[in-house]
Amino acid sequence: MNSAHDLGGQMAFGPVVPEPNEPVFHGDWEKRVLAINVAAGAMGAWTIDEIRHARESLPPAQYLSSSYYEIWLAALDKVLVEHGFLSSEELATGKPAPERREPKRVLKGEEVAGVLRRGFPYERKAKAPARFAAGDEVRTIVMHPQHHTRLPRYARGKQGVIERVTGCHVFPDAGAQGQPETAQWLYTVVFTGRELWGRDGDPNSTVSIEAWESYLEPA
Amino acid sequence: MSGHHHDHDHHHDNHYTAIEARVKALETLMVEKGYVDPAALDAIVDTYETKIGPRDGARVVARAWTDPAYAERLKADATAAVAELGYGGRGGEHIVACFNTPEEHNLIVCTLCSCYPWPVLGLPPVWYKSPAYRAKAVIDPRGTLADFGVTLPENQRIRVWDSTAETRFIVIPMRPAGTEGWSEDKLATIVNRNAMIGTGLASVEDAA
Repeated sequence: MNSAHDLGGQMAFGPVVPEPNEPVFHGDWEKRVLAINVAAGAMGAWTIDEIRHARESLPPAQYLSSSYYEIWLAALDKVLVEHGFLSSEELATGKPAPERREPKRVLKGEEVAGVLRRGFPYERKAKAPARFAAGDEVRTIVMHPQHHTRLPRYARGKQGVIERVTGCHVFPDAGAQGQPETAQWLYTVVFTGRELWGRDGDPNSTVSIEAWESYLEPA
Repeated sequence: MSGHHHDHDHHHDNHYTAIEARVKALETLMVEKGYVDPAALDAIVDTYETKIGPRDGARVVARAWTDPAYAERLKADATAAVAELGYGGRGGEHIVACFNTPEEHNLIVCTLCSCYPWPVLGLPPVWYKSPAYRAKAVIDPRGTLADFGVTLPENQRIRVWDSTAETRFIVIPMRPAGTEGWSEDKLATIVNRNAMIGTGLASVEDAA
């Protein structure tokens, strides 16, 4: 989806402004948004890709003027309603209605340390050999899907070199649309600054992306 | 002046700001409907506030600086190598270590969202998630470093890693001169968070 989240190469945001001695959180509400986001995700009703899509689907002006935890909160409200856990009325009033969707699981306090430590690995057993090998020249495809994708605009239709075959990983474009999980080979692809940005590129820099196999064609 | 009055446009009569009230309402709904366990929320906050942070990544770097065999394992399979020190999991299921050299400096970004190696660096700072950083790092890496007061030799290449998948990256900065004979613990004190993202360098001036 070509939206405000796809920021690589955009301009006029001004310099990067680091905050000296930045705290981990800037208020209790940020802590709660993080925690609700992690715990609600653990119900197992949506994938990481689906909630990323919900964040990316916010209107661009809202996306760019929100803090990251505000973006998380807005997307969380959206998926909770879409999946029938809460209604818009409940969110508006803060009053729980009797209707309720039974979650697949609820993360218990004593399970948190173990679940976070194990994480949710994204590598899957490959059903076919990798199409590309380290050193291969490839070109990324040009596409402008309405749905979630992890091929940024600045890296579409560009020629690069496979540096590393990462493994066979869950394919986000399909998962974000609620399709059954599929996996594809994932590669680290390196581009020169000049290939990406033409004469405005830094001649002594390179940029890599992690690209799923269907994003790539032989060059 | 007694005639002064406040023109409030918010109608709630409690002390919460609008966003605080929204979050409070959502948490109440989630708990009352049995979707989340309040103890789990507290444990998650505690984990990222007090247990996981850049000092973990700093231990990985200090080990790599003092143990060449560990550095080799970190290069070959960083996920396994950080697990040796007890780190790993959510937001860092697949980790790659990017070693700085005199020829090449590494810089990590996520242009599409805010992917970051949580198990070794904790939660990302606001600037890492900001549009300014996500926009600029890939097109103007030297200008981005200048925003952090970092100037590299012109002949040192910059390699930018855009975290577009669940592979998460940690930069292994170069060990500064003048640290010969330092213990692993002392070395860990000079590895700051930005050095492990690539917007900073390890410096003896940071020594504890």
